Amino acid sequence: MRVYAKGNLRSREGFFFTLVFPIILILLFGAIFSSGGASQVRVYAQNFDNGPAGAIFLSELNSTSHNCSPSYNSGLCLVMVQNSQNLSQYLSSKSSSDGIIIPSGFSQAYATKQPINVTVYGNPASTSSAIVSGITREFVSSFNSYGVNGTANLGVTPQTAVSSSYKYIDFLVPGLIGFAALTSPMFAITNLSSTYRRDKVFKLLSLTPLTKTEWLLSKIIWYIGTTCVSFILMSAVGEFVFGAHIALNWGIAVFLVLGPFFFVSLGMLVGTVSNSPESAAVVGNLVTFPMMFLSGTFFPVQSMPMYLQAVAHVLPLYYLIDGLVNVMIYGNFASAYFDMGLMLVISVVTFALAVRFFRWRED
Amino acid sequence: MLAIEVDGLKKRYGDLQAVDGISFSVNKGEVFSLLGPNGAGKTTTIEILEGLREKDHGAAKVLGLDPWTSGYELHKMIGVIPQGFKFLDYPTPREAVVYYATLFRAKVDPDELLKRVILDEAANIWFQNLSGGQKQKLGMALSLVNDPQVVFLDEPTTGLDPQARRAVWEVIRKLKAEGRTVMLTTHYLEEAEELADRVAIMDHGRIVALGTVADIESKFGSGQRMTVRAKDDLLRYLKDNTRLEVKGDGRAVTVFLRDKADAMVAMGAIEESGAEWDDLTVRRDRLEDVFLRLVGESGTEEKGSD
Ligand SMILES: Nc1ncnc2c1ncn2[C@@H]1O[C@H](COP(=O)(O)OP(=O)(O)O)[C@@H](O)[C@H]1O
Ligand SMILES: [Mg+2]
Repeated sequence: MRVYAKGNLRSREGFFFTLVFPIILILLFGAIFSSGGASQVRVYAQNFDNGPAGAIFLSELNSTSHNCSPSYNSGLCLVMVQNSQNLSQYLSSKSSSDGIIIPSGFSQAYATKQPINVTVYGNPASTSSAIVSGITREFVSSFNSYGVNGTANLGVTPQTAVSSSYKYIDFLVPGLIGFAALTSPMFAITNLSSTYRRDKVFKLLSLTPLTKTEWLLSKIIWYIGTTCVSFILMSAVGEFVFGAHIALNWGIAVFLVLGPFFFVSLGMLVGTVSNSPESAAVVGNLVTFPMMFLSGTFFPVQSMPMYLQAVAHVLPLYYLIDGLVNVMIYGNFASAYFDMGLMLVISVVTFALAVRFFRWRED
Repeated sequence: MLAIEVDGLKKRYGDLQAVDGISFSVNKGEVFSLLGPNGAGKTTTIEILEGLREKDHGAAKVLGLDPWTSGYELHKMIGVIPQGFKFLDYPTPREAVVYYATLFRAKVDPDELLKRVILDEAANIWFQNLSGGQKQKLGMALSLVNDPQVVFLDEPTTGLDPQARRAVWEVIRKLKAEGRTVMLTTHYLEEAEELADRVAIMDHGRIVALGTVADIESKFGSGQRMTVRAKDDLLRYLKDNTRLEVKGDGRAVTVFLRDKADAMVAMGAIEESGAEWDDLTVRRDRLEDVFLRLVGESGTEEKGSD
């Protein structure tokens, strides 16, 4: 027993999983779930009111985030949208679901205590939308009680942001596809690159006309295949078991290719820079685990505290999942092109570095 | 024409001079064996010739090519089994041969090739379930898919039981019969004696003897030796009463004979000693005796691989 414990803690990988990993997990999940309303939510707003009350209402809402102060980690940050825009479409183009519309005649109805409703766009699956709706309702009720000469009659009309109603599962499917594109190549390739070296399989391969580039490409093609299979399985289960909405389009295919392309190259690079299977596993974990939880795999990045969101924006998987969400849910290709371009560039660079540094003979 | 030419080859790892200026050449169609204890530098040498490691100094040419810079062309003409050959766990030998052949874009009949290395009976067993000898034979099959002119075998029989070892030897003899050049490293003397046309004995990165087994035996051997089974009292008697060169280990006494007269003196002295003895043999120095003298007794003990 003691021998086992020692051996387990001596191996760096054992040390990581026994002691470090649980601490990382509790810190991470603690930060995400205890944050509650502790993150600033961006809300797109339109004001059709021709009196003063609508503008006051919106500016009061905006002050909950100290007028979008970057150092302030809660409240609503309002972004005004021109009245000529269709807000629902505009939200799609921003891959957002949070919006507010002040209807025309708001000031007059407020003053005369006629019933009138503020429209709040949101996504029932997202915690950010819950925050928006909560804060707005609070303001509506306080506006009602401060009305001159008794209670005013403001209300809230909740509206689902995207054309049809989206559920948590709809956001989970792209997240999990990204998760699959990350984990299976990363774990398999880091392990394989170091064990192949130990078992001299690379030596054997280097004695054939096969080149390193061809070998790496063959692995990439294999993992594009496995990622496509996981996509099909997850979409099928999501669609038929949980009633998810999967919109098929060419954008998905681009990400199903770029994801494995990048992560196979990255796995190879990690396996190459570390000289034993054990250290490859440690480096691999260090690279993989932050991405696994912080890139929007299991919960939307928007629901995480600001400092974790900042971390997410430097993780490549974030852009893969963001891109998949853009093409699968919002049909927002303008943003997806950015994700595609970024993924393409880092994939090509990582691939080139992997080929450059990976040697299959010794010197 | 020479298949392999090595001149003044050196390779150093940090403080360790693993190969320390060796020179030899191998003729086409010859079986050449590098014989030496673990750590002698055999693998380093053979991997430099295969183009898997870079040399520090000296010249190395295989089939007229520099193995490090012309590896791509060279690899089409040579076959290699690395030391401790392993393959992926799940392919069967037949699948492995087919896969390897596609890499070389070579047309081979996998069944015929497996038959040539006497592995046809295990053609469809997963690699991880093959016996040690069968794994080595698969290694040979893979090294042959490109119909190589030179085959490099690094300790192909280490760790095999005597029967499996003999089966591998049979395949190596076939390679020679087919006219291929074979470079073989081993730390088994018997293997070099059985198979090699010429042998280089290596120790601490240097070649300490080079030639046919018979050449080496006569050049470095002490000639005839007489051995009787007897206790050390006989050893003491012979040391005290004759000028013969003797050696004993408590169970047997060996007398090194410089000429025929030594034999007569030894026989007489043994008889006179009154010591108990039997099992008298006289034989020439064998490769083993020379090897022990050149490399030292430590050379034969197992120190683990590499
Ligand atoms: N890659 C390496 N790095 C450092 N030392 C090495 C390396 N490969 C071999 N050696 C050392 O060089 C010496 C010769 O090794 P090797 O050529 O494998 O001998 P052999 O095959 O005769 O057993 C050994 O002492 C070994 O430990
Ligand atoms: Mg060796």
